[in-house]
Amino acid sequence: MSWFRRSKENISTAGQKKDIPDGQWTKCEGCSDIIHRKQLEQNYFTCLKCGHHFRIGSREYFELLLDPKTFKEMDAKMRSVDPLNFVDTKRYSDRIKDTIKKTGLYDAVRTGTGEINGIPIVIVCMDFAFIGGSMGSVVGEKIARAIDRALKKKLPLIIISASGGARMMEAAYSLMQLAKTSAKLAQLSDAGIPYISVMTDPTTGGVTASYAMLGDIHIAEQGSLIGFAGPRVIKQTIGRDLPKGFQRAEFLQEKGFIDIVVHRKDLKETITKVLRLLTD
Amino acid sequence: MAKLILDFEKPIIELEQKIEEMRKYEDNLDIAGEIRTLEKKVDQLRDTIFSNLTRWQRVQLARHPDRPYTLDYIHMMLDDFVELHGDRHFGDDKAIVGGFGRLGEDTVLVVGHQKGRDTKSNVYRNFGMPNPEGYRKALRLMQLAAKFRRPIITMLDTPGAYPGMEAEERGQAEAIARNLFEMSHLPVPIIVVIIGEGASGGALGIGVGDRVLMFENAWYSVIAPESCSSILWRSWDYKEQAAEALKLSASDLLEQGIIDRIIPEPPGGAHRNHAAAGETLKKILLEELKVLKKIKPEKLVEKRVEKFCKMGRWEE
Ligand SMILES: [Zn+2]
Repeated sequence: MSWFRRSKENISTAGQKKDIPDGQWTKCEGCSDIIHRKQLEQNYFTCLKCGHHFRIGSREYFELLLDPKTFKEMDAKMRSVDPLNFVDTKRYSDRIKDTIKKTGLYDAVRTGTGEINGIPIVIVCMDFAFIGGSMGSVVGEKIARAIDRALKKKLPLIIISASGGARMMEAAYSLMQLAKTSAKLAQLSDAGIPYISVMTDPTTGGVTASYAMLGDIHIAEQGSLIGFAGPRVIKQTIGRDLPKGFQRAEFLQEKGFIDIVVHRKDLKETITKVLRLLTD
Repeated sequence: MAKLILDFEKPIIELEQKIEEMRKYEDNLDIAGEIRTLEKKVDQLRDTIFSNLTRWQRVQLARHPDRPYTLDYIHMMLDDFVELHGDRHFGDDKAIVGGFGRLGEDTVLVVGHQKGRDTKSNVYRNFGMPNPEGYRKALRLMQLAAKFRRPIITMLDTPGAYPGMEAEERGQAEAIARNLFEMSHLPVPIIVVIIGEGASGGALGIGVGDRVLMFENAWYSVIAPESCSSILWRSWDYKEQAAEALKLSASDLLEQGIIDRIIPEPPGGAHRNHAAAGETLKKILLEELKVLKKIKPEKLVEKRVEKFCKMGRWEE
């Protein structure tokens, strides 16, 4: 759950906060190169030199993938109610309020309809910036409704995942979202409607153990961390360091769990190609 | 093996031992009345302690090494049980067991997590922590049950899916996800029973069903209290607070609509009287099956999906 270690530089004042740091110049985590913001934007928020993919949010993905002005958001203001009055070092209700203020997002997922190269789809995208992209009741319900829309309109479904797993502060409710989303996907599958799962960095825990791994087609951005248990927990279990590349997208493809590993610049074209092959 | 006595059990067990001791002299001394008084006292004491258990104390009971496990319930409740092995792809996971047998007049499939009772058997069972092949074995058996129209009973009792390197390589996440997906539309009745520990996706991986029952002293949540403490409090020392915050007891979950029914345990907990726990479970399972068997498969699946879709709280 690396979101607890996020540093102060990520705390912006207001509005639509992005996962990528503010300011004009950014240091690449991959090669330590200093990159100008404009250059990053032009290059799909990836590093020209080493290919490192910067973490981006739903706003950037919708811009990258959807044809201009086609996105219609669903359930935009659905929010958590802190059903268990959960308190750890902070009240969950305060954590939600603060995160909404900080990110301009209402929860860790946004859903809607749109077009990708003219193909109408239902699209779901997670925001890691919202409590580590954790899945609680709101994420589960919004995805369930998005699937209902795909079923009703017979539209292909695309889910872009970025998550540390289920949200602890909603405890059993969060856990049940795994069952809920998987059950809805079974309905979609039974109806013969395609579902493309796109995994980005990171996709772990309960999200991987439910909808992320249930696609007809699995696409992963290169270098993404994808797994059930986090690397820290596995390291603790086995008592030694993990090999380089373990749980990365390329590794998962090698083990048979990912169909296509892509550079972000090819994501839109790859999805389009697959959709045309499955739906024409 | 030395019996584990939990702190809060101590006064009860001391008193019980005293009564035992006195019984030896009952024939020679006129102490029958005194014994009866003490017996009443121990019953009251047990009632007081067990009706005021904290959530963390229940977690400790759920983990008690003398608690009945899946195979214990199977042997107590089923006739003609035949255990089946392997996922037909990789191997036979010892942390999940399953097979067909007769429960009363019905042939049922029982699949459940299996822990060991001592170090050796725990190593053999991987402490009840399944690898992907365990979930895939469970799915294979459940699909067999669906094929032959046999109801399914699953028993949850795991500290979690195994977080090892090979488990990741073989697709732990995919295996669990696949089970949730497939269990949601299997056309036979599925009864889920949380018998001990229900830790996260590793438990839910065999936990989608029409009725979800839970033993009085079992726990079920998204994470174990210790891990929750280490992540949210950044220390292992807040497990009691974490257990409280997670609201992970059977009565909590009934209130949240996550489970349908609490299975009462014998006085002092299921570990004090296996036979009584087995008898209660069997009676309740027969009751539940009788109702579920009357529902048409399509209706069953529709209601099952609806049931899980209702779970969660939000505002808009
Ligand atoms: Zn770089």
